[in-house]
Amino acid sequence: MSNTPTDRRYAKSHEWIKDEGDGSLTIGITDHAQELLGDLVFVDLPEVGQSLDAGGDCAVVESVKAASDVYSPVSGEVIAINDALDGAPETINEDAFGDGWMFKVKASDMSELDGLLDAEGYDALVAEEE
Amino acid sequence: MNKQTVLYPKHQQMGAKLVPFGGWEMPLHYGSQLQEHHQVRQDAGMFDVSHMTVVDLQGSGVKSYLRHLLANDVDRLKNEGKALYSCMLNEQGGVVDDLIVYYLGDEWYRMVVNAATTEKDLAWMETQSGGFELEITPRRDLAMIAVQGPNAKAKTLPLLSEKLQQAGELKPFNALADGDWFVASTGYTGEDGFEIMVPGDQAADFWQALSDAGVAPCGLGARDTLRLEAGMNLYGTDMDDEISPLEAGLAWTVAWEPADRQFIGRGPLEAQRKDPEKKKFIGLVLTGRGVLRNHLKLFNGEQEIGEITSGGFSPTLERSIAFARVSPDVGESCDVEIRGKRVPAQVVKPPFARQGKAVLAL
Repeated sequence: MSNTPTDRRYAKSHEWIKDEGDGSLTIGITDHAQELLGDLVFVDLPEVGQSLDAGGDCAVVESVKAASDVYSPVSGEVIAINDALDGAPETINEDAFGDGWMFKVKASDMSELDGLLDAEGYDALVAEEE
Repeated sequence: MNKQTVLYPKHQQMGAKLVPFGGWEMPLHYGSQLQEHHQVRQDAGMFDVSHMTVVDLQGSGVKSYLRHLLANDVDRLKNEGKALYSCMLNEQGGVVDDLIVYYLGDEWYRMVVNAATTEKDLAWMETQSGGFELEITPRRDLAMIAVQGPNAKAKTLPLLSEKLQQAGELKPFNALADGDWFVASTGYTGEDGFEIMVPGDQAADFWQALSDAGVAPCGLGARDTLRLEAGMNLYGTDMDDEISPLEAGLAWTVAWEPADRQFIGRGPLEAQRKDPEKKKFIGLVLTGRGVLRNHLKLFNGEQEIGEITSGGFSPTLERSIAFARVSPDVGESCDVEIRGKRVPAQVVKPPFARQGKAVLAL
């Protein structure tokens, strides 16, 4: 039984993006992604005010094994980052869909969300990879 | 198709994430690599190292053969069971492999060589054996389990035969045998513990008994961070056929005396020994943000001075650490290029951590 939240969308590169309903979107990596990476030891986040392109790399997560780029699923401006991850990157391992969120953006084109996967589509992608 | 050790079903049963390594399908971790690392520093963990190859060398010419083959000198081994770490070099002084050799008698030595290099090693050893009276026998019938950590010996000893229980008294780098069982006080973690050779058909039961005694299974991931913290080289990343022990921090393993012992690679090594341009092998602790990785470039101002050979995150120091090979004029710090940015790092002398604790003042 999947525990992939249905209240958000997913990128094929394993990020989730949640419309908070107040014009902001929260972005993180999926539980499947953190599991593939293993124990995380370092997170490099974008800066507040930085403008992002859909599909562009904007953050890095490093596990004991390797570094991995995080891509922004949408274009927009970074309006908040999860500073708590700096001292506790393992929060992503523990709660990828909740406390392990990475940054929030103000999207420049909300229709970009339509091109992303829903929970069912993402689960199918993961099943295919395995 | 990758090979499987006799413990493969145990790894599956214990939830290992299995990955290809040196031609074998081996456990990377059983859940959390970090937890396994701490388990070994603070209590006891075990590693399946059966992919490594035990090689017996027997015959009247074995001692003179090994004094020719190895850069360290087996003449230093006087007591039965005593072990020596050595590099095996090619004619150019590059490292064919690094290994442990045990003295089991005047006509019987035992070597343990790396998994990925086994076929190359055996071919090289065969080529070099001309004129020596000896037989080289890979012991593929033996499995090997490393039990490491401050509580490793106490948890292991009750599971051993009466004779092998005396292994509790072994000094570091010594071994004791009972039939085909072989217990050595060696390891690759910087902790107290044993490396135990066990007949293949008894390995799974022994693994299970260790688990029941509270020894946690650990994978190659933790093995790598533990050996990095302990300041121990990894063949293939820190040195290889092109790199001499003198540029890999292993000069201490080369026995220069007696000066008339003509071991393979001695000539080029003698020349390099006097070379002021010879590269230095150093430790690094990242002071800026990020994680040091293999092959990252190092800079002193605008001048590139070398590269990282093994890098990673140190769970004990909670900092990123590395080994690097650099030009000899390196100072007390340098910059590492990480994704296009220069990040400062402190130059240190490994080890970084041993016996549960950081050994560097940071």
